[in-house]
Amino acid sequence: MQNANEIPETTSRIALKYGLIGGLIAVYVSVLGMVEAFSLRPLVGDFLTLGYVLLVAGPIGAGILTARALRDRTSRRNGELASLGAGAVSSSLLLVLLAVIVLLVIRPDEAGAEVTLQVMFVNLTSGLAEILTFGLGNLLGALMLVLFCTIMGGAGGAAVLIRDPLRAGLVTGVILTLMVGIFSETVSQVLQQVSGRVIINLVFVQKSLRPIPAVLVFALGFSLAYFRVPRRTRTRFQKLPQTRQQRTKQGLYIAGLLLLIMIPWLTGLFLSQALFLIGLYIIMGLGLNIVVGYAGLLDLGYVAFFAFGAYAMGILTTTTELGITNLTFWTALPICVAAGVLWGLVLGFPVLRLRGDYLAIVTLGFGEIVRILALSDWLAPIQGGPQGVLHIPNPVIFGITLNTPQTMYYVVLLGVILAAFVTIRLRDARLGRQWMSMREDEDVSEAMGINLVSTKLLAFAIGAGFSALAGAILAARQSTIFPHSFNLIISLNVLAGIIVGGLGSIPGVIVGMLILVGLPELLREFTEYRFLMYGILLIVVMLLRPEGLLPEATRKRELHSDEPGMTPADAAPMEPAGAGGQD
Amino acid sequence: MAPLLDAIDVTKSFGGLDAVNHFNFQINEGAIDSIIGPNGAGKTTFFNCVTGFYVPTEGKVYFDGHEVQGMSTDRITRFGISRTYQNIRLFSQMTAIENILVGEQPRLKTYWVEALVRNRRYKEEEEQALQEAQRLLEFVGLKGMGDQVAHNLPYGAQRRLELARALAADPKMLLLDEPTAGMNPNESSDMMHFIRRLRDEVGITILLIEHDMKVVMGISEQITVMDFGLKIAEGTPAEIQGNTNVIEAYLGKGAAAGLKLATGGSSN
Repeated sequence: MQNANEIPETTSRIALKYGLIGGLIAVYVSVLGMVEAFSLRPLVGDFLTLGYVLLVAGPIGAGILTARALRDRTSRRNGELASLGAGAVSSSLLLVLLAVIVLLVIRPDEAGAEVTLQVMFVNLTSGLAEILTFGLGNLLGALMLVLFCTIMGGAGGAAVLIRDPLRAGLVTGVILTLMVGIFSETVSQVLQQVSGRVIINLVFVQKSLRPIPAVLVFALGFSLAYFRVPRRTRTRFQKLPQTRQQRTKQGLYIAGLLLLIMIPWLTGLFLSQALFLIGLYIIMGLGLNIVVGYAGLLDLGYVAFFAFGAYAMGILTTTTELGITNLTFWTALPICVAAGVLWGLVLGFPVLRLRGDYLAIVTLGFGEIVRILALSDWLAPIQGGPQGVLHIPNPVIFGITLNTPQTMYYVVLLGVILAAFVTIRLRDARLGRQWMSMREDEDVSEAMGINLVSTKLLAFAIGAGFSALAGAILAARQSTIFPHSFNLIISLNVLAGIIVGGLGSIPGVIVGMLILVGLPELLREFTEYRFLMYGILLIVVMLLRPEGLLPEATRKRELHSDEPGMTPADAAPMEPAGAGGQD
Repeated sequence: MAPLLDAIDVTKSFGGLDAVNHFNFQINEGAIDSIIGPNGAGKTTFFNCVTGFYVPTEGKVYFDGHEVQGMSTDRITRFGISRTYQNIRLFSQMTAIENILVGEQPRLKTYWVEALVRNRRYKEEEEQALQEAQRLLEFVGLKGMGDQVAHNLPYGAQRRLELARALAADPKMLLLDEPTAGMNPNESSDMMHFIRRLRDEVGITILLIEHDMKVVMGISEQITVMDFGLKIAEGTPAEIQGNTNVIEAYLGKGAAAGLKLATGGSSN
């Protein structure tokens, strides 16, 4: 008897819990003003606005979490009912919000309130009430809201509980359609470059996807996932004979390289500038990845080397009286990198004995010292102080001045390729193993005969060299540099990027920077909310994938030359021969 | 013949506590000797003094003719001392084979610039290092597990991997800190045979710290007993088994008196 009661009891409690959480989120985004502000931003047609997407994110999330929690425990039907329930529960909080707005904002006199609540909560407006009630009036609208949230909770639950090819198809389709809607500016910039206005007008009304293209986009996402296209392609690729595989791979590499070369002309000026910035951050990320990801030395003053490279480039090439030589960009570049390396050694020496948090604090201090020195009058005769360095010439190659984002992109691309090359070569070599063993256990790696001093200094110096390279390129792109450009936030951004991507992983650095530097650029139209969205995204990523988006894969190094065609699965469970037993 | 390792009057104090107190110790090339003693007797501290983890407060340590006390760990390692640890200390996020490759450091000669250009010397050295790592992996019975992350290996495999890593440096002397800790009798006996093979086939001098008396008595040629940082006895297994001081140190004075008659065959 008691048992029979207990299962529905916990089910409803779970639905209640997640429903309330989802409702709180929905209320929160509403009170922040995001729902109303983004109701002006349609995603698909003129009926689905970003505002509504944000509003239902809470109920949908409640449905998803409820269904997840119940998936393994009760029957599927229970889970669907529960997620519907969770959606309904979340709507109750929105109803409370609605009541508050109606009673205390729209009609404060009738409720007998002295002041309207809007004095404190500026975003509680009649406009928000209208969105919440779908413009149907308070009573009917409230009913609709409950119904709507309940359905959305159920949809969230369905996204978990439906069987797989269908589920994957639906989820991918919806996400892809929303993404195209949100990044419609980016998409239309690309379309503009490729095809001109005609296609854009066919696909978008202002920033919103037209319904028919939306259906097409959904269908594309749906079929990609439903028919498991990526996985099938991969298995078909693996079935190819070895030589064909290799040729296909080479073809893909060449295609990828061509795409990289063409990208700035496909994406236009604005996106090229974003790509340039992302590239700079990738160079820095690869450098910091050596210091933090491989060697395990937490460096928070990384921006100092960036500044050093930029100032070195400035002083070496500027045409103002600060310039000490008249080198061109290309001759000055190696000098800047060398200067960065040297500076890395200088800063590395005093912190050799420090570990972990202490190292982080000291390097943080160094970073700030460099910025303050750059601002000071004391060094002004050398590097301009607060006035900065002006008139730094753009790079010139074959008589062409690289002064647009599109051309400078190539300089950065070269830098990225160089940095990645150096990183990969060193990672696979003795030095890379020394770094990683030092990260794992400093004492033991010293006992393995590793000289900690030189290994640490090399990590610092090479990382610093990359950063100086990025700084030098930035100086030549902007033509002016100011001390304010080199603040702590750059160090933190680079660090966050490599952590989000996956410490120690080169593809991870690239993905991390695309997200951390690229997204804020792409989200520019959402001005005041973009850093909030970005922050939420970071938290979600770190909660779901604490090891990063693309963590470092372990490399296969054990040769199986004597057993051709042996797969790792065959190799792993093998009885140990010789000495010692096994647990 | 001069001993391979010669520790003279080694003292290590922490504050007022002498963890190792005027300790003298010699081991000859090709020997398998043990240091035993109750918990906290100073055995591991002595290991740390020899390998450079600690700088002895007083005394001298000679290894293979070099005066090594006060040197950094990596330099001492390069003279030919390798060790394992009481609590396994592998590079846990690296694969088994990478662990061994790190162990080979003292033998590798190329510079990082050579790795950038991948010249012939670098490629040959890496190739050889990898082959050597494979060989060691097989030698300790872990063939086929080389690509697994050390952290995921079963306990016994981790112990053996640590041994392989220590061997990778091609040492003259191996310090083993409780190599059979946490093993069942079968595994311990396997480990014992393996240690003996190391000495007989590879010719490495071995110094053990061990609690398992069966292992210690079965394998050691000379045993040194420590208590409270002092050497209290020294001799062959048979001599140590009959030594009153030793029994007192392990069991207390009263127990020693009672047990005196029974000691002859108790441990072996």
